[in-house]
Amino acid sequence: MGYALNFNLIWRHFDKLWGGLLLSLELAVISIAIGIVIGLVLAVWYVSAGRIVRTIIAAYVEFIRNVPLILLVYLVFYGLPTVVDIAYSAPTSFVVTLSLYSGAYLVEVFRSGLEAVPRGQLDAGKAIGLTPWQRLLNVRLPTMLRITLPALSNTFISLFKDTSIASVISVPELTYGAQWINFNTFRIVEVYLVVTAMYLVTGYILLFALRLVERRFRAAR
Amino acid sequence: MSTSSTNIPALLDVTDVSKSFGTVQVLRSVSLRVARGEVVTVIGPSGSGKTTLLRCVNFLESYDSGSIRIDGKEVGFRETGARQRRGERDLAAMRAETGMVFQSFNLFPHLTAAGNIMLGLTKVRGKSRAEARTIADHWLGRVGLAHKADSLPAELSGGQQQRVGIARAVAMGPKILLLDEITSALDPELVGEVLEVVRSLAEDGMTMVMVTHEMAFARDASSRIIFMADGGVSAAGPPSEILAADTDNERLRTFLARFRASHF
Repeated sequence: MGYALNFNLIWRHFDKLWGGLLLSLELAVISIAIGIVIGLVLAVWYVSAGRIVRTIIAAYVEFIRNVPLILLVYLVFYGLPTVVDIAYSAPTSFVVTLSLYSGAYLVEVFRSGLEAVPRGQLDAGKAIGLTPWQRLLNVRLPTMLRITLPALSNTFISLFKDTSIASVISVPELTYGAQWINFNTFRIVEVYLVVTAMYLVTGYILLFALRLVERRFRAAR
Repeated sequence: MSTSSTNIPALLDVTDVSKSFGTVQVLRSVSLRVARGEVVTVIGPSGSGKTTLLRCVNFLESYDSGSIRIDGKEVGFRETGARQRRGERDLAAMRAETGMVFQSFNLFPHLTAAGNIMLGLTKVRGKSRAEARTIADHWLGRVGLAHKADSLPAELSGGQQQRVGIARAVAMGPKILLLDEITSALDPELVGEVLEVVRSLAEDGMTMVMVTHEMAFARDASSRIIFMADGGVSAAGPPSEILAADTDNERLRTFLARFRASHF
């Protein structure tokens, strides 16, 4: 047990970690943004659609939720280009995967939120003469957002952490940066300690920011 | 049935409306005519179809047969050809002509008192925000809540929320106001302030149909009372006649006796 911690080598390569963290955040933000669009559109469609559409959306959600993310990453990066004629970089491929993945989770969050909007509020919207579209935009979505914010925050944090999976297809995000330093310096304990701290701090900052947003919205309820 | 309003063209004309939820028939050939400026109260035991009838009038519920006309216009179904439900835009436009106040207030929780009133004015009536705000402030003043215009529903008492609910409905300038047990969810000490608002609207000549358990209020404020039982109109007439203890109508007598017994 005579191991002496030495962080010097880590600091020398810190740009790999810092750049990696920024890329992780970028991957997360883009994927979540696309995921929100997928989630909202499908959730709204789901609650107003018939059986066939519901079954198709449910199948998408179930498929994504029951396949490990790492497999989805492999499927989209290695599998898809062999079947259809597309070529994309590893980061783009990962964004596609994580978008579809976050979309599936967010459909569920938004759908349950939409279904939790009290019927009385929708009746009130009808009674003043709002059209279905106006009721959706002015009554149902605002209330749904308030209901789902806590669940949304948790999902966002999860998705941020999931960007570490991108390392398996050599996307130079934070975990990949850690692996690179590890291979080149063999300072395995130090590098993973630092990277853990970086995930933790970033996660906490994100959570704190999201809680602030929640509190703002809760006050307005 | 009422003889008082048969010669004047009715503002609301409900004819032979029937409706079932599955195998349960909740409305049995209900007919009801309400003239402009009339205040009609619907009473009856729970499950007698009062609320369903009210919800049919602005087509929050559909009905299986019969017709409901407001100002001569069929509410939920197209006028020509086979019986066919109106399109959603059409329905929305029809509903804007009837105001409804709900038992559980149903204010939009993310909007202020003024915002609740302004939503319909801006989106449905096409008013500018400034115009809508002026109208909202006017009606909030009428219900005694000018100082609460920027409060959120969660910051208001039940009585205050319900007064905002009334202001939201009347600000749209409806032809008829539907009041669905609007004091049932309120603490007893808050009932008076809400009924006071209804009374002042009645004095202004607002046409109203209300479902209520406030018999004293029904007696004072309504021009006619409809007694419903088992989904049908069992008795109808002026308050003095309907609320008389010695009515011939067996069911009504039982209902009133039970009601009196439970309100002492």
